[in-house]
Amino acid sequence: MTDATSSNVPGERSGKTSLYAQDARTKRRNAAEARFRAYGIAAIVVAILALIGLVSSILYNGSSAFRQTFITMDIYLDPAKLDKDGSGDIEKIAKVSTFGYAPLIAKAFEAEFEKPGIGVEGLTAKKAAKMISKEGPADLRRFVLANPDKIGETVTFKFLASGRIDGYYKGRVTAETAKLDKNVSPEQLLLADQLKEAGVLKTTFNFGFLTNADASENRPEAAGLGVAILGSFYMMLVVLCLTLPIGVAASIYLEEFAPKNWITDIVEVNISNLAAVPSIVFGILGLAIFINFMGLPQSAPIVGGLVLTLMTLPTIIIATRASLKAVPPSIRDAALGVGASKMQAVFHHVLPLAAPGILTGTIIGLAQALGETAPLLLIGMVAFVREYPAGPPEGFFDPAAALPVQVYNWTQRADPAFVERASGAIIVLLVFLLAMNAIAIILRRRFERRW
Amino acid sequence: MSFVKLTASALAIAAVSATTASARDQVQIAGSSTVLPYATIVAEAFGENFDFPTPVVEGGGSGAGRKKMCEGVGENTIDIANSSSRIKQSDIDLCGSNGVSEIMEVRFGYDGIVFASDINGPSFAFTPADWFNALAKEVVVDGKLVANPNKSWADTNGSLPAQDILAFIPGTKHGTREVFDKKVLEAGCKATGAYDIFLAAAEGETDKKKKKAAKKACHALRTDGVSVDIDGDYTETLARLAANSNAIGVFGLSFYQNNTDKLVVATMDGVTPSTETVASGEYPVSRPLFFYVKKAHLGVIPGLQEYIDFFVSDDMAGPDGPLAEYGLVSDPELAKTQEMVAAGVAMGPLN
Repeated sequence: MTDATSSNVPGERSGKTSLYAQDARTKRRNAAEARFRAYGIAAIVVAILALIGLVSSILYNGSSAFRQTFITMDIYLDPAKLDKDGSGDIEKIAKVSTFGYAPLIAKAFEAEFEKPGIGVEGLTAKKAAKMISKEGPADLRRFVLANPDKIGETVTFKFLASGRIDGYYKGRVTAETAKLDKNVSPEQLLLADQLKEAGVLKTTFNFGFLTNADASENRPEAAGLGVAILGSFYMMLVVLCLTLPIGVAASIYLEEFAPKNWITDIVEVNISNLAAVPSIVFGILGLAIFINFMGLPQSAPIVGGLVLTLMTLPTIIIATRASLKAVPPSIRDAALGVGASKMQAVFHHVLPLAAPGILTGTIIGLAQALGETAPLLLIGMVAFVREYPAGPPEGFFDPAAALPVQVYNWTQRADPAFVERASGAIIVLLVFLLAMNAIAIILRRRFERRW
Repeated sequence: MSFVKLTASALAIAAVSATTASARDQVQIAGSSTVLPYATIVAEAFGENFDFPTPVVEGGGSGAGRKKMCEGVGENTIDIANSSSRIKQSDIDLCGSNGVSEIMEVRFGYDGIVFASDINGPSFAFTPADWFNALAKEVVVDGKLVANPNKSWADTNGSLPAQDILAFIPGTKHGTREVFDKKVLEAGCKATGAYDIFLAAAEGETDKKKKKAAKKACHALRTDGVSVDIDGDYTETLARLAANSNAIGVFGLSFYQNNTDKLVVATMDGVTPSTETVASGEYPVSRPLFFYVKKAHLGVIPGLQEYIDFFVSDDMAGPDGPLAEYGLVSDPELAKTQEMVAAGVAMGPLN
C-alpha cells in the first residue's frame, strides 16, 4: 500500500512521468504481480498433474477388475458320483464335498476336446480343468444342493476362469511367463485361445466384483467387494444415526443457549483439538472401551460405526456451528420480537435456515469416515470375512469388512491378480466418495440462502 | 420432529439388540501373516463344505495373535491363534494368568524361506557363510575380527558374481527374521569361525550366558545401508526388488511359488528350495507352522472342532491338498497330528 500511495502523490516526482510509459517502480510492481500469478498457475498445474497421475494409475491398474473371463460349459451331473444310491436324499448328496465335484469339470473338458479344432497335444482333461477357478466346484455343489432333481441331467454352467487365464487376456500373463509359472502352462493358454475362438470362453463385465464376498489367495478371480460394501454401509448408518442428533444438539446448545464462560471456552477448544487427534487414537479407545470393557463383538460394524462416530463428531459440530453462526442475528431478533421463545426461534427459524450447511457438513464428515482405515485395523475389521452380515439390526453385530480395509488387505496378498482388485476397490471407493460430495454440493446449491 | 423420534427409536432398537446379541456362531482366528493365506484357504473350503459359517480370519502377526488368544475365555476372545513360531513361555504364563489353562498345539506343516533376485539378473548359489560375510557387522579376516569390508558378493565368495551386496531382509517384528537369524546368520557365523572368537570374548558368569552373548554378536548386522530391513510384507520386498534389480530379497516359499515369473531363486548349500527339499530336510532354511487352539472353547463355539479336524485332514494339509499346492510343505507326521487333534490332547510344558 505504501508503494501505491507514494507513487500516486502528484508533484512528488518530476512531471516527466507519462501515463502511457511505465516508470521503473510500476514495472516492478507489475512484474511482481505477474510472478505471483505464475507461481499460482504452477501450483495448480502441479496439483492437477499429481491428481491425473494418481487417478490414471489407479484406473490403468484397476479398470480390468471390472471385466472377468468366464468359461461356459455343459456339465453332466453324474448320479454315480453325486448320488451313489440314487435315493435323492439331500443329506447324502451334501456329503459329497467340493473335491468330489472337480472330476465332473474334467469330464466336461473331455467332451469339449471331442469338438473339432479344440485340444492341445500334451494337455490332459485333468490339467485343462485347472483353467477353471477353484470356485467352480463350489458353485456347482451349491447348485446341486439347491436343485437336487437336476442330478442325471446335463446343465449349462458358467464358470470363472482361473486367475492366470484371466490374466492372459488382461496382459498380465504371456506365453513366456507361463513357462516359468507353475500355476499355468503355455498349453493351457493355447487351449484358452481355441476356446475363445469357439465362443466357450468370454470376457464380460464382472458384476461379481461388486457383489461377491472376499476369496482366499487360491482364487483371486472370485474375490469381490460385497461384504465390504455392506459393512461400510452399516457403519455409515450407525455413524449417521449417532452423529447427526448428537452433533446438532451439541452445536445448537453451544451456539444458541450456552452461557459464555470459561467452561464453554474449554469445551470449544477441546472440540477443535479432538478434530485434529490422529484417527488411530480413536481405534485404541474403541478397542479398550467397546470391545474389552463393553464386550461388543470383534470385527462388527457396530464397533466400527461407534469408533468412526467419535472421530466424525468434532468435524460435524464445527461445521454445524459455522452454519448456525452464518444465520444473521436479525432473524433471531425478529422471532424473539414477535414473542417466540428462544427454543421456538431456534427450531422454527434458525435451524431450517442452517439445515443445508449442516447436511453438507454431515455428508463431508461421513465421506471422511468412509475412507478411514487406521482405527478399523485395531478393532478386527481387517479380517477375512466371507459371510454376508444379516439384515439390520442383528447385522450390526455380525463380522464384516470395510471398503478401505479391503484395499489394504488385498495389497498384501501374494497373487499378482490381487493388484488389479485392490485398484478396482479404490475406484469403487472413489466413486462413493465422489457421489457423496456431489450430493453435498447439490444440497448446498439448491437450498442455501445468502444474505 | 419425526426425525428425532426416528433416530431415538433406532438407537433404542440398537441398544436392545446389543444386550440380546446372540451367541457367536462362527470361529474367530487371528495371528501370523505367514499362516494367514493357508488359514483363509481352509476357512473358505470349510464354509463351502460344512453347515457352519465361514470362520473369520485375521492377520496381525504371530506374537499379537498369541497375545489375543491369551486375553481370556469367552465369546469376545478369539478361538485360535496362528503362529509361524513356537509359543513362548511368556505367552503360556499370560494365558494362565487370564484363565486360559489348556491350549492345543497343532503343527500342520513347514514353510521354506528362500533367497530370490530379479529374474533378469544372475542366479546365485549361496552358503550361510556367504550371507554372514556379506551382512554381519564384524567378520573374520586372517583370524581376526574386523569391521565388514566386503562390497560385492564376489568379495565374500569368489564363485559368486561380482555384484554389489544389497539385501532386503524381513524386519525384526517378523517371525521370518528369527529363522533368518538362526538358520542363516548363526550357521554362517559358526562356519566362518567368528562364533568361536565371539564366544572367547564374551562376558558372562555362566557358559550359557556366554553362548547367548556370542549368538547375539552373530546377529549384529552392518549399518551402512547394505542390508535393508523390510517391515512390510513380501509384496513390499517384491516392489523394492523391481525398483532395484541388483538386490537379493528374502521371501516365503509360497510367495516365491506364486511369483516365479518375476523372481529367480538362489540355492542354499547347493540345494534348490522346493516343497520336496524342505520336506526332506535337505534345504536348511525352514520352520514349522503352528496354530494354537483354546481348549475351553471346544464344544462351546460351534464348528471349532470340525474346523481343526478339517484343517489337518489329508484333503487340506496332505501332500496333494490345496495347501501344498499353494506352497505349504506337508508335515510327514500329519497322521500323528490328526490323531492328536481328534483326541483333543492339550500341549504339555515347553521343553
